[in-house]
Amino acid sequence: MRMTCPLCGARDLREFTFRGAALARPEGDDWNEAWHDYLHLRDNPAGESREYWAHAAGCGAVLLVTRDTRTHEIFAVEQARGAGA
Amino acid sequence: MAEPMLKAQNALPQGEALVLGDTRIDVLPMPRMTSLMPGPGHAALAKALRKHHGLDLPDPGGRVSSDEGECLWFGLGQYMLIGPAPSPLLAGAATLTEQSDAWTSVLLEGPLARQVLARLTPLDLRDASLPLGATARSEIAHMMGSLTRVGSEAFRLMVFRSMAQTLLHELKDTLEAVAARQAL
Amino acid sequence: MRLSKGGRIDRSRAVSFTFDGRALSGHPGDTLASALLASGQKVVGRSFKYHRPRGVFSAGSEEPNALVTLGAGARREPNVRATMQELFDGLEAQSQNCWPSLDWDLLEVNDLFADFLGAGFYYKTFMWPRKAWEWLYEPAIRRAAGLGALSGQPDPEPNEKAFAHCDLLVIGGGPAGLMVALQAGRAGADVILCDEDHEPGGRLLSEVEEIAGAPAMEWVAATLAELEAMDNVRIMIRTTVTGVYDQGTFGALERVGRHMKHRPGPLPLDCFWRIAAKASVLAAGALERPVAFQDNDRPGVMLAGAMRSYLNRYAVAPGDAVTVFGNNDDAHRTARDLLAAGVHVAGLVDSRPGAATDLDLPFYAGAQVTRASGRMGLEAVSIRTPSGEVKLQSDALAVSGGWNPSLHLTCHLNGRPEWSETLAAFLPRPGVVPGMQVAGAATGIFTTAGCLASGAEAAGKALETLGLSVPPLDLPQAGEQGYGVQPLWAVAGNGRAWLDLANDVTVKDVRQAASENFRSVEHMKRYTTQGMAPDQGKISNLGAMAVLADATGRDVAATGITTYRPPYVPVPIAALGAGGKGKGFAPERLTTSHAQSLAMSAPMIEAGLWYRPSYFPRTGEKHWRQSCDREVAHVREAVGVADVSTLGKIDLQGRDAARFLDLVYTNTFSTLKEGRARYGVMLREDGHVMDDGTTARIGPEHFVMTTTTAAAGEVMGHLEFVSQVLVPGWDVRLISVTEQWAQFAVAGPQSRALLEELLGRDLSDAALSFMGTMPIEIGGVEGRLFRISFSGELAYEIAVPARYGESLFTRLVGMAEARGGGAYGMEALNVLRIEKGFLTHAELHGRTTAFDLGLERWMSPSKSFICKAAASRPGLLAEDRERLIGLRPVGASKMIPPGAFLFNEGDEAVRENAQGYVTSSCYSPTLGETIALGFLKSGPERIGEHLRLVDHLREAVTICEVCETCFLDPEGERTRG
Repeated sequence: MRMTCPLCGARDLREFTFRGAALARPEGDDWNEAWHDYLHLRDNPAGESREYWAHAAGCGAVLLVTRDTRTHEIFAVEQARGAGA
Repeated sequence: MAEPMLKAQNALPQGEALVLGDTRIDVLPMPRMTSLMPGPGHAALAKALRKHHGLDLPDPGGRVSSDEGECLWFGLGQYMLIGPAPSPLLAGAATLTEQSDAWTSVLLEGPLARQVLARLTPLDLRDASLPLGATARSEIAHMMGSLTRVGSEAFRLMVFRSMAQTLLHELKDTLEAVAARQAL
Repeated sequence: MRLSKGGRIDRSRAVSFTFDGRALSGHPGDTLASALLASGQKVVGRSFKYHRPRGVFSAGSEEPNALVTLGAGARREPNVRATMQELFDGLEAQSQNCWPSLDWDLLEVNDLFADFLGAGFYYKTFMWPRKAWEWLYEPAIRRAAGLGALSGQPDPEPNEKAFAHCDLLVIGGGPAGLMVALQAGRAGADVILCDEDHEPGGRLLSEVEEIAGAPAMEWVAATLAELEAMDNVRIMIRTTVTGVYDQGTFGALERVGRHMKHRPGPLPLDCFWRIAAKASVLAAGALERPVAFQDNDRPGVMLAGAMRSYLNRYAVAPGDAVTVFGNNDDAHRTARDLLAAGVHVAGLVDSRPGAATDLDLPFYAGAQVTRASGRMGLEAVSIRTPSGEVKLQSDALAVSGGWNPSLHLTCHLNGRPEWSETLAAFLPRPGVVPGMQVAGAATGIFTTAGCLASGAEAAGKALETLGLSVPPLDLPQAGEQGYGVQPLWAVAGNGRAWLDLANDVTVKDVRQAASENFRSVEHMKRYTTQGMAPDQGKISNLGAMAVLADATGRDVAATGITTYRPPYVPVPIAALGAGGKGKGFAPERLTTSHAQSLAMSAPMIEAGLWYRPSYFPRTGEKHWRQSCDREVAHVREAVGVADVSTLGKIDLQGRDAARFLDLVYTNTFSTLKEGRARYGVMLREDGHVMDDGTTARIGPEHFVMTTTTAAAGEVMGHLEFVSQVLVPGWDVRLISVTEQWAQFAVAGPQSRALLEELLGRDLSDAALSFMGTMPIEIGGVEGRLFRISFSGELAYEIAVPARYGESLFTRLVGMAEARGGGAYGMEALNVLRIEKGFLTHAELHGRTTAFDLGLERWMSPSKSFICKAAASRPGLLAEDRERLIGLRPVGASKMIPPGAFLFNEGDEAVRENAQGYVTSSCYSPTLGETIALGFLKSGPERIGEHLRLVDHLREAVTICEVCETCFLDPEGERTRG
């Protein structure tokens, strides 16, 4: 698998570290359903998925990756900072 | 004082480490290295760097050098000023962090250099992807590193100081294997 | 027998080799298989299950029979395909799966009991007594069945892995692949051409063909010469592309040093390539398939195309009287070439009723071979013709059931092939691998002219995707022979007819599977083991599917085919794991005091990738405990020095740095004053502890955080994630400075005096109080001093740029020794912290909360922090959770091994009754007893209780008293000096 880092170009998978699904993080310090949902009830989509990947062994940018979990096709790779995720 | 209280020590013996045919591995001296992190917006740093060091701020994957020193792109929001001591006047435009002791630099040069690197890094080393003067952050022998093409067949490799011996060991072993293949 | 002329072998030189100890000879250009055939060696191995004599069946990587063992000792290599092994001087080959010898194999008795040994035999037979499976049945079956054996010794051979990058990867160097490479090379694309053979050319190496009015190999030579002259084309011979992966990544196995006896030391045996290509063309050709009939596995029976390879490429006559059997025109070529070489052809048998031939030989149209006779080698072939049974005396039989396109790689990303009724074969479905074109025989185009045209077309399409213009081309004239296949999978009749030679699977086995309702191809495969041998059923899959289709009343298209997965050919684990032996296993991180520690005879232990000294033995000390106890005493009574550079150090700067620390730590840092440090606890998003450490403020917007050695990388990744994703607008700039600084703990009652002497300045509480930090200078070198303690003593950590680390360490140790102390290692460091109840990742093991660790007072009620919500869950704050406590033995046994479980005194020591467990323990020389830390349900409420500790593994049973976690100086008077 190869991913095109917006800063570094196409790079091998081994430079990247998976950082989980890109989900909206709930607000507030009180435990509630939204937090439970965010922490524990994860979808396992067959199809388009938005994920964070860190270019850890590269430039260090955290990337927002949109890809298809069935075909592994990558639709978009953008910097998480500024992506408004 | 006749004797300094503390003696400086490079992580590796400086100079020639292995020469096979026309390909060589040399441990480079430790230059002054300062990390420059401009934070949001790079314009102020670009201006200050030009003014105080006569260097342009490189694009991602780029390196700008002059007789005085070089500025190396070093990752997201980070540049490495190599050579000169940073002007204190840069401080308003970027945070400055001393990194001279954090990295060990090795030069790999010669006709087999690219073949050696093909066994140590997943980077695309072809001219189109890594032209002269280009730099990349990547894995080198499973270590986080920096690779800069400083000549048509010359590459400067940098890894953390603590891993310098592993880098040298991997480079030597790989050069020997590549040279044996070349001799077939 | 070797023909007197022809072939691509160098007759001027002889190459000697041995087979089962017998000295034989061949020529450069031979494979082991061709040299064996030329030497008259018909039987080359015994079959997997029935131990039947077997001969060479193919001429390529699909070989099911001719597997041999090469070499001896640790270098022994089993299951080498003789058809792929280039001959070299001194090659030593052994036959496999036979005892006592290839010609007289005791286990051939299996063949007599074949009726009982069909599909599913093992599952049905060896059911009881159940226990006998492990000690009797399985070992016996494993010994009887099988392939070659590994040496059992560490592999001494070097191997390597490498990366390559190109615009266009061409897989296969036959006419189609060469044409692709030529066009792409001329267009200026960066091309890699991989060919499995040691010489490109594909089928042209083996056929009598013309291109542009001259022998085809002249065109191949000219094309290769042009390609080799191009800087942008790289030809990789002996390289099999083994797998297709996402985004244009390919795996390929290059046999680097397998064709020579004496490899120069560091030359690898194999190289496993990872090739990244923008586009690719699969031109892997096609594989011929056999027809099943009774005893079709006899030595001397081989594929018709393979027979042409041996005849035309290696100048080997397969026998004195050869019969050819096929269901297509291609088989006729074999008869033609045999005649041209002067080999007697006993008959050409064509299963197609209307077939005709111009060849001058006995011809049987609409006929089928029904049986092969001759145990150790073919003697006669029985045929059923429209006019009756005929028996032909033959010692070789060429079989062609048609050709299957080599489309395997198109299926590696989950593509399914489609059935072609015309070709009676599966064809690759276009577009199933992004960026991949398929050309030539791999798409079912079986003429040389068609392959050249198809290669040019595929090159054009690939160049278009690369944005390169297609160069003009005059396609050379080439052969356009017909094919006209009419499917024939298995000849009707009695007896056993082989489908999968490698795993001894017959037509009967597949039919039996169907009758037992294993109707899906995937079920049939697993039940019969068809296609599961090292050859992965390359020549048997389709035949088996067709027999299954027939047995289940479906057509082949509806029956389908099993899934092709990587690797296309067996890849040695040694190649995949190349570079991972010895020091290559992982990078080594060495501190600046490493050499000095070794000079002091310290045994080094691994801490992640770091190496740290365990203890520093002194003369007369015979046991690590003696050294450790002494080092602890140094710190408690005088002064000790330890390298703590491995702890992570992260520099944080920016307008929002303080606010950022408030977010990532449970406690508040924005109130920290410059020149002060504070302990902090960092939680994961789910409310459990990630790490702890101290952070110092060294400027208004400048902090230095320390992490534990173990979590340094994880914490840095976490901080990057938080800053870039959770608070992208905040001005925080992070950089690891772990490697910039060498840092040493100087601990003990005399640490202040030592450092005052070193630095030449006052270090009283007024100058630097507990948890304070200040810049320092040592002979012109700028550093930093922290007054922090992980030992509970008056202690400091002193940091200097790493280049001065070795020098400072040596100096500090010398000064400490002069004061009755010295260096201390990880063992003493651990004892010191357990005595104080300080935490490491033995306690911060990922399932503990701040509450469990007694750190709840560090969780600020007045500010927000990461995972505050999750940490407030009632379940994470329940009193009866397993919480940190101290333990000391009170009975006769003093053993408290970490990992042991705690039970109420009267309870049985079973999992359900466990009250908690031990995480750390040591002998405390300070207290003169064993002490430990652990977790216990409602722990802090049970101080003084007695519990029974049980460790079943180490057979420890110890009565312990629950106590406070801090065993020494709970008021902290020593720390504050």
